[in-house]
Amino acid sequence: MRSLTVCTALGCALLLHGCVAINIYFPAAAAEKAADKIIDEVWQLKKPGEPATPSSDTPQSK
Amino acid sequence: MRIMNISRCGWLALLLLLAGGAWAQANLEVNTPAIAALQSSMQKRHVELAPSYANGAIGLTRDGFVALRDANAVPLAQRQQINGLIAAENQDRSALYREIARANGKPEWENDIRTTFAQRWIDKAQGGWHYQNNAGAWTRK
Repeated sequence: MRSLTVCTALGCALLLHGCVAINIYFPAAAAEKAADKIIDEVWQLKKPGEPATPSSDTPQSK
Repeated sequence: MRIMNISRCGWLALLLLLAGGAWAQANLEVNTPAIAALQSSMQKRHVELAPSYANGAIGLTRDGFVALRDANAVPLAQRQQINGLIAAENQDRSALYREIARANGKPEWENDIRTTFAQRWIDKAQGGWHYQNNAGAWTRK
């Protein structure tokens, strides 16, 4: 009975830890993906019908 | 037995939380009406801002905004207008970063999102546009 209580307490502690760990974690890759999507639309970098892959043939300054 | 059930519930909840975290890692929610409205407002404004990016009057700052870089590149008569455009653009950008953080239920991510955007605006800028490097100095791309 006592070990069960300990087990529950441990479970609660882990649960709390999980919450904290997830809350402080910033998904950098997902944020980049979201930023790219929005910037492409704001700056009209991808015309409709063009392939979704980043084109390497865009005019560069060289 | 009952405690056992509670404990199992705890584990299940933990697993669900972890799964939720993994999902959030894969995608950020950006499809909200507020974000769409900001996006379209910025898209319309970009037509007016583009010439100023190209001639160096405006540059991309390292903190995810735009700033007047070279007032001399703007004819006197248009300076007030360009300042208005810059202010409006920065207002939208600020709201955009805040809205994305909010849409994902993590208002505390606003700064991280702004930093991510700052880098991506610069990476996607056209050749010839100006941006602030990490030291804060204006650099031509």
